[in-house]
Amino acid sequence: MGIQADLLINAIIAGLLLGGLYAAVTYGISISFGILDIVNIAHPGFIILGSYIAYIVNTRLGLDPILTSILVLPLFYWLGATIYQVYYQSFEKRGQEALRGLAFFFGLLFVTEVSLILVFGVDYRYVQAPYIGPSLHLGIMDFPLRMLVPFALSVAMFVALQLFLSRTFIGRAIMAVSQDQQALRLMAIDPVRIKRIAFGISIATASIAGALLIVIQPVEPSVGREYIGRVFAICVLGGLGSLPGTLIAAMLLGIVESLTATFYGPSWAPAVGFGLLLLTLAFRPAGLLGR
Amino acid sequence: MRSFTFFLVAALVGLLVFVALRYFNNDYYFFAGYVVVQFIVLATAWNILGGYCGYVNFGSAAFFAAGAYSSVALHKFDPTKWAPSIFGFDIPLDFLAPLFPLPLPVLIVFGGMVAGLIGFGMGYLTLRLRGAFFAIATLALAVVLQTLIINWDFVGGARGAYIIRPAVAPIFGSYIHYLFLLMLSLAVIAVGIARMIERSRLGYGFACIRDDELAAEASGVPTLKLKLIATTISGALMGMAGAPFPYYIGYVEPGSAFGLAYAVNSIAMPMIGGTTSWIGPLVGAILLGTVQQVATVTISSAVNLLIVGVLLVGFVIVAPNGIVGLVQRRLREREK
Repeated sequence: MGIQADLLINAIIAGLLLGGLYAAVTYGISISFGILDIVNIAHPGFIILGSYIAYIVNTRLGLDPILTSILVLPLFYWLGATIYQVYYQSFEKRGQEALRGLAFFFGLLFVTEVSLILVFGVDYRYVQAPYIGPSLHLGIMDFPLRMLVPFALSVAMFVALQLFLSRTFIGRAIMAVSQDQQALRLMAIDPVRIKRIAFGISIATASIAGALLIVIQPVEPSVGREYIGRVFAICVLGGLGSLPGTLIAAMLLGIVESLTATFYGPSWAPAVGFGLLLLTLAFRPAGLLGR
Repeated sequence: MRSFTFFLVAALVGLLVFVALRYFNNDYYFFAGYVVVQFIVLATAWNILGGYCGYVNFGSAAFFAAGAYSSVALHKFDPTKWAPSIFGFDIPLDFLAPLFPLPLPVLIVFGGMVAGLIGFGMGYLTLRLRGAFFAIATLALAVVLQTLIINWDFVGGARGAYIIRPAVAPIFGSYIHYLFLLMLSLAVIAVGIARMIERSRLGYGFACIRDDELAAEASGVPTLKLKLIATTISGALMGMAGAPFPYYIGYVEPGSAFGLAYAVNSIAMPMIGGTTSWIGPLVGAILLGTVQQVATVTISSAVNLLIVGVLLVGFVIVAPNGIVGLVQRRLREREK
């Protein structure tokens, strides 16, 4: 019994901490897909881009990967705003987002991945930081710092985003744009501008998420693909556009994946998220905290 | 042109291509041509759901691999060593032994059935929801299937499986000629089906769904039924394209059968060619397929994937109706 309980508790803890990373990776999708209704399947591509920027700065200048990701936030925001502008002009304005918009993002994902492969090759890259390696021990429980730090940051991101969306003017306008664009126009707010800001923020979260990812595990360009299903599974399971739902669903997925990896073997873990997604779509498409 | 005449003409064109390639008497052309023709099938299949109904399928690789792996499974299946037991009675399957190894056309039909079933199940789970969910679920499907295959030892698991290709085929001589002709016939069938759908009640129903699903539903178009028909046909054709793959390549592993190149190409080719008619995917596949074959030999295979990606993004922004759309607009301007 002793060893089994040990294993179980540590698997659950590892899953919770992993869930923190998954949540960080998903916030951006929650904003773009959940609130703005833009199916940005290229999001994992930008996360990997964030990982690689953290990696380059870390190896060349020795800067902390998470600090780097915060420094390049404006760059990612600008990138997101630009992409939204192109998307709006070419697809949303013409009402073609369903088919061509999706193909556009798919192409973006693909171009990012292949470009990274061409520049960096398919080797796994990792970063150096003081919190990678040591871990805290509390009785039989292990808390590796390499997981704990990203977890804390992810929760901080959640609090910041939630406060921003519910307390500030622009945040409330973003929530409003998902409900009624016409009403927003009547309030003399430009919905396109609000959506551009929101999309910029959603891509900006990819920078931090990317740094957290490369802190937790070595990264190569095609890792992003594993996250596509995961992030959408979390987003749908949590309920579209609900950040608390996202956090809960991410933890849930993390725990289920971790238990699967511990008791059935890691090669089954990738299917868990996707299986969960298919089940959610089939039985409760509104998600846990859905509208 | 009636569908039957069209089939005849298409078959004739296919035969001409085959005879012309034989005239060159260089097996490389057959190996390269096989890939191009395979992409014609994939692109046409994708377009039946994507172009006609407006539902994006990112999981082409999953359907392709389903076909490929059903061939591997049947290739490895030995009826003398396996007896299913029903209610405690072992049923010997020895009497099936003379049928094995199954001929390739049977494998193709079987692969099509497996992939068609997957398409049907997939559609049934997700097509009742908004369009985007279907697209996301198809992405998920590829990973779920890949995980299942990796953990399924019978078909080689993550190690992959070797399929020894016979050196010669009856009548044709070289086996690659036989494979090429099979794929060419599949392409003729796929394009013929696509054209037939386009001009039938089914096609008009699909177009209604693409233009306004709510209005279609309201005016009595059985949308769910039509969408299920489209996913099944599209999936089955992709599976059929995948079924001969193990014999072509000789060694299948999950990474190559589920390669991203299939997913990207089967979206990019119709998008670049034009999605509204059967000719678009055909043009896109021939053009892009040939360019890729040339680029793989002369530059590198990573760069040619980049070209496809950039072309895809460029075309959807600049020329939303693809090459066919550009040509049509030019013709219309000339008439004025």
